[in-house]
Amino acid sequence: MSIALFKILIANYDIKLWYFLVISAILFCIGIFGVLTRRNLVQILMSIELILNAAMINFVAFSAYQKPESQLGTIFTIFIIIVAACEVGIGLAIILSIYRGKSTTDISKINILKW
Amino acid sequence: MEKFIWIIPVLPIFGFIITFFFGKKFPKAASVFTTVILGACVLLSMMSIFIVNSGGPFEITKNWYVTGKYSIAMGFAADGLTAMMLNVVSIVSFLVHLYSIGYMHNDSRFWMFFLYLQLFSASMFGLVLSNNYLQLYIFWELVGLCSYLLIGFWYEKKSAADAAKKAFLTTKIGDAGMLIGIFLLFFNTGSAVFKDVFNFAAGPEVSQGLITASAILLFCGAIGKSAQFPLHIWLPDAMEGPTPVSALIHAATMVAAGVYLVGRSFPLFSLSATAMQVVAVVGAFTAIFAATIAITQNDIKKVLAYSTISQLGYMMFALGMGAYVAGMFHLLTHAFFKALLFLGSGSVIHATGTQDIREMGGLFKKMKVTAITFIIGTLALAGFPLTAGFFSKDYILGFAYAQNKYIFFIIGIITAFFTAFYMFRVIFVVFFGNPKKDGIHAHESPKVMTIPLIILAVLSVVPGYFGAWFISERFSIDKFISFFGFEGQEPLHIIPMVIAVLVGLLGILIAFILYFGKPITNKKISKWIYPLYKLLHNKYYIDEIYGFIIIKPLMKLAEFINTFDRVVVDGFVNFIGKLTVIFSRAVDIFDIKAVDGVVNKVADVTYLSGKKLRLLQTGNTSSYLAIMFGAVAIFVIYLLIKVIFIR
Repeated sequence: MSIALFKILIANYDIKLWYFLVISAILFCIGIFGVLTRRNLVQILMSIELILNAAMINFVAFSAYQKPESQLGTIFTIFIIIVAACEVGIGLAIILSIYRGKSTTDISKINILKW
Repeated sequence: MEKFIWIIPVLPIFGFIITFFFGKKFPKAASVFTTVILGACVLLSMMSIFIVNSGGPFEITKNWYVTGKYSIAMGFAADGLTAMMLNVVSIVSFLVHLYSIGYMHNDSRFWMFFLYLQLFSASMFGLVLSNNYLQLYIFWELVGLCSYLLIGFWYEKKSAADAAKKAFLTTKIGDAGMLIGIFLLFFNTGSAVFKDVFNFAAGPEVSQGLITASAILLFCGAIGKSAQFPLHIWLPDAMEGPTPVSALIHAATMVAAGVYLVGRSFPLFSLSATAMQVVAVVGAFTAIFAATIAITQNDIKKVLAYSTISQLGYMMFALGMGAYVAGMFHLLTHAFFKALLFLGSGSVIHATGTQDIREMGGLFKKMKVTAITFIIGTLALAGFPLTAGFFSKDYILGFAYAQNKYIFFIIGIITAFFTAFYMFRVIFVVFFGNPKKDGIHAHESPKVMTIPLIILAVLSVVPGYFGAWFISERFSIDKFISFFGFEGQEPLHIIPMVIAVLVGLLGILIAFILYFGKPITNKKISKWIYPLYKLLHNKYYIDEIYGFIIIKPLMKLAEFINTFDRVVVDGFVNFIGKLTVIFSRAVDIFDIKAVDGVVNKVADVTYLSGKKLRLLQTGNTSSYLAIMFGAVAIFVIYLLIKVIFIR
């Protein structure tokens, strides 16, 4: 479905590959920025989601432009969505258990692995 | 049944194993059990006679090992000779078992005695059933081992332990020759099976020298086992063992194994006139030589021992003359009456507690059964008419006479005279006259000891008639003790028979005059005969001569080698040892300084660097992530530069 839509868009509006790549790069950078600057663990987790989304856009875009007849990129994207879901589940569980122990989700205060 | 002939040796092995595990706990039961097993062996042995008689000789053989042209076979064969030997061994062994229950009853190792007897019986059955030389040799050594164990049964006595050692070593000398002989035959024939060997020896391409050499080498084994002249010294000493052992091993069966070996190899021996001559001369010399020694011995068992040597010599010279059947027949009769004499003497020793005939006397009234059976055995040994010994001995003498071998005939007659003399000397001194020593309260032995004596007394008479019956043309003796179709019939001759009987009676008469009712004292012996007496009493000083010419130089040599060992070999070894210690010290230092040093340094470096590097672990997740993304960014920038500027 999405691929079909993509194909229509590509064909009718002369949309180049690098448009997608630029969007993906911007998303990636926002994600990285969020990961590095946020203090709240939940926000970091959300930023990681952004990074993953950037990667997914890349997959789909390359798949549609380079090898439209194959569904490889789409399948990969679905895998990434599933992995991301798992990751969010586990991440939230870890955050919860940290919160139970430390009564905080501030990453700068969680430094028990310090030398 | 033919296929199950192996049961005969296996039964005593079974008894041996059972006794080995349970004998110590139930000694009484073990003795009865082993006796019953031997009883079963007697029945099976008797069956084997009928089987061989009706079905002829048979053989079960399996190749055990084949390499190239050599094949080692193992198997059992039974023919008339084997059947006869089986019967001799099983009957005597059975009676000795029975007798030992009484004789050994208060011995502390009662059960062990039966254990050894079982092993011996099994080995002896195996020996006579073997169908090849190698297997025969295995059992030959096994019976030697049992002989060693049983002579040294009372090993607390030094004399018994020494006698056991002497017997073992002396027979080994003969066995070495025998082994070489067997190898000689084996490597020339490619098989050690009797049939193959004899077929090979009878073949046209075999040199006379090989046959003579191998026959004489085999005869060496027989000399050792059957205590013939140069190696006879062990048998008198072997009397240190318990008396039932002397009866079973050193009178009836094991010492007869040498004669059996020559008899078994008769087809080989008969091909070489020289070998036959050697057998005959050694046998004849031993017969008369041992008989003269027996005259002067005062130990009842020593007399019997020398008598055994003498009789074995008789069998040997019979075989050497070619009187195969006569020799084997004498083996059969001798086994029974000599076992009887030994068991009788055991009964006497049991009653009086001494072996010295000078301390005995007047036992006839106190021990009627023992005395009468002993006299029957003596009459058989002396060749008194109508006993078994009469037939077998006269058969040998008749053969010598008929073949015009007068030297052997005369030696046989003289030996017969001596035999009658020394045996009746024992009888008159032991059973008649007055008791020489106070305090000996002799009594008749228990039934379990006298019954074997009675059975053996019957067997000292009966087999003679069987033999005579077979000899007298109606039945061929070959049916009784045949061996690969050797014909050996010689009708009984009247002249040698009469001479032998007269000579025997003369011996008895002289013994009667000299010893009846008179004590044995050295004073009686007149001056001129005294040196001769002393020579005989000391057994021709053979032991001393051997001691001087063999044992003493050997001891000297051993001492020298010992010194050499201690000084040179040990010195060298110690020197090497010291060198090794010094070398290992050096290696030790190198190890500690160099090898350990390197290892420690590596550890130190690792430790210090770890100490510094751990400071990087701040525990701050954001900084880890920053480093990670920074590293990825650097990598990407590097790739970009590479793509843009280098391509």
